Amino acid sequence: MARDIVGLDGRAVALGRRGLALLLSLTLGDVSAASGWELCRAVDAQAGTCAAPGSAFARVEFSGSLGLEARYFPRSPGHPGQGSEPSSLTAKSSVYLESQSGWSVTLSPFFRFDSEDPRRTHADLHEAYALFVGFVGDAQWELRVGVDRVFWGVVESNNLVDIVNQVDLVEHPDEKSKLGQFMGHLTYAAPWGVVEVLGMPYHRQRTFPGRSGRLRFPWLVDADLATYESSAEERHVDVAARYSHTVGALDFGISAFDGTSREPFLVPAFRARDIALAPHYRQIRQFGLDGQLTLGAWLLKLEAIHRTGMFNRLGREEPYASLVLGGEYSFYSVFGSALDITVLTEWCYDERGTRSTTKFENDVFLGARLAFNDVQGTELLVSTLQGTDHDSRVFSVELNRRLSDRWSLRVETIALRELDPTDILYETRRDSFLEVGIVYSF
Amino acid sequence: MTMNLARRPIAYGLAAFVPIAIALDTPASELAEAEQKGLDIALEARQKKVGFENFTASQVMVLRNKQGRESRRALRVKVMEVEADGDRSLFVFDEPRDVQGTAFLIHGHKDKADDQWLYLPALKRVKRISSANRSGSFMGSEFAYEDMSPPEVERFTYRYLRDEPCGELTCTVVERFPVDDKSGYSRQVVWQDTEELRLWKVEYFDRKNAHLKTLTVDGYQRYLDRYWQASNMNMVNHLTGKSTVLTWTDYQFQTDLVAMEFTQTGLRRVR
Repeated sequence: MARDIVGLDGRAVALGRRGLALLLSLTLGDVSAASGWELCRAVDAQAGTCAAPGSAFARVEFSGSLGLEARYFPRSPGHPGQGSEPSSLTAKSSVYLESQSGWSVTLSPFFRFDSEDPRRTHADLHEAYALFVGFVGDAQWELRVGVDRVFWGVVESNNLVDIVNQVDLVEHPDEKSKLGQFMGHLTYAAPWGVVEVLGMPYHRQRTFPGRSGRLRFPWLVDADLATYESSAEERHVDVAARYSHTVGALDFGISAFDGTSREPFLVPAFRARDIALAPHYRQIRQFGLDGQLTLGAWLLKLEAIHRTGMFNRLGREEPYASLVLGGEYSFYSVFGSALDITVLTEWCYDERGTRSTTKFENDVFLGARLAFNDVQGTELLVSTLQGTDHDSRVFSVELNRRLSDRWSLRVETIALRELDPTDILYETRRDSFLEVGIVYSF
Repeated sequence: MTMNLARRPIAYGLAAFVPIAIALDTPASELAEAEQKGLDIALEARQKKVGFENFTASQVMVLRNKQGRESRRALRVKVMEVEADGDRSLFVFDEPRDVQGTAFLIHGHKDKADDQWLYLPALKRVKRISSANRSGSFMGSEFAYEDMSPPEVERFTYRYLRDEPCGELTCTVVERFPVDDKSGYSRQVVWQDTEELRLWKVEYFDRKNAHLKTLTVDGYQRYLDRYWQASNMNMVNHLTGKSTVLTWTDYQFQTDLVAMEFTQTGLRRVR
């Protein structure tokens, strides 16, 4: 299969040029025409993969999940209009189509319905890309065109170098949920390392909770009032590149980004009846470094960035450096049981200090991950983010457990304690919550 | 335990060429003789596996607890032979469905700890993970991580015990001792038939030397007229009463797999 990928057939190249939309409509058309779906699912549903007979595809795969979540905020709301017991329905799916000649298309839509906050009710295309792969000597190239998600980084608390995708903040306050991003992504993997180059022609705005949503500022962020430093606005073409390599125990990456900031500066703006926050997206340049040393049961990690062009908390442009330095150590099969305990420590530092626009200005992240290694795959993650300059603390407990081969349970609680009025999280101080969710995977 | 790391390559060089008869002539104790014979058998078994280049296969694991309740794991496996080093293996999970698409990459080494990476599809994140967890359970099954990758000859010292009938065949019984102190085992007793050195049974003894697990293997088939591969592996844990049946299907040898699939970039592409 893999060597077939070498030669892109003429059709694929032509389609690539005429754009993804056409490609998708054609390939999806193929599937419905061949009506390979049901056949395929029946033939090899167990493996989740199959070659649909009579179709143009070597492989067709369909998977996904449905989730039901309930959040409970024990404290009364701090801002007018907020609810306390939202529940949510989520749907995720992924379709993968691989052609006979090796190129493929992946489509992964996501949808959430939230009972209280219409802004949290949203859909996003996490992935919709065509992938082409080929060889040059002992190196390999890979081109992804379309909507995709790219993760860079090594630490657990705050992935500074991970800049390609916009944060889907309504999903989770931990800023780890990301929106799909339009891109052309070329990767060249050689024995001397991996080089990636990305061009991103369209900027996605960050999502923010609505009036009935918790975990927000007193004023709502109004995406319609968004302004850009660039005259091209959201159509500015952002570029990014990364070199990464593995040398023995060390995995490292050096990255650069030039384009529209993913993080907005929020400016109060007067609307007809109230005040809102208008996001302003600056043009920034970021250099990033990430590395991990894997030494036995020790993992030592570093992420560092230098960024220019951003506004600080006072609304002034200030270049800055920020880093996360830490590590984890695992105790395996503790007390002769199947339990593994991993202890995590990370120090998050932003040289802007109180002028920082993030919650990680000078904080220590401490955590423990308990993997029970049972049939249910039970995992418990307990962590705290503690300010070193003042007493603010964020506690988090997350439990994941499989209930059966298809159903799983997720319980999470985030407690915000003794938030300092200068802390960026101060306005969310009444928003500690407990969330219980069940997921059905197919 | 008479071998040390530095001297081992020389020991192998000799073992490959020196007939056993000469080894017998050396003024060594019976113990040293048994050690040499055990090592020779391991080397001969390895020699029979050399040259497969690569293979792909599917695995289904059925985990059974003491009460008989079952749970299923389905995964696809790709293995690539690396000259003068350990094999590279890629595991892709299809079931349970909540971990579907998760992939596990191992760069095996003969003389140092393996390199391992995990791909988490929900975050599209590749994580380098510690390979120190040799004795932990693989996916909640009775197979430990160290049972999942093919045992490198260098990872053990050996002692030949005896030959005895096993079914219609004659088996040679060898005791092997893990070199790595992170292994969960103090020793393993291995039954291989004298004709093809196929593995039929392994008894695992934990660090307290208690009989922890027994692996029985059957359903051997020959591929490319040369390579014997088992279809069924049954691991029974005597301390907990749990068991795992691992069934291999869809073996394909010398496919068009390339080394680049066994990289972090390849891992991100796994479906």
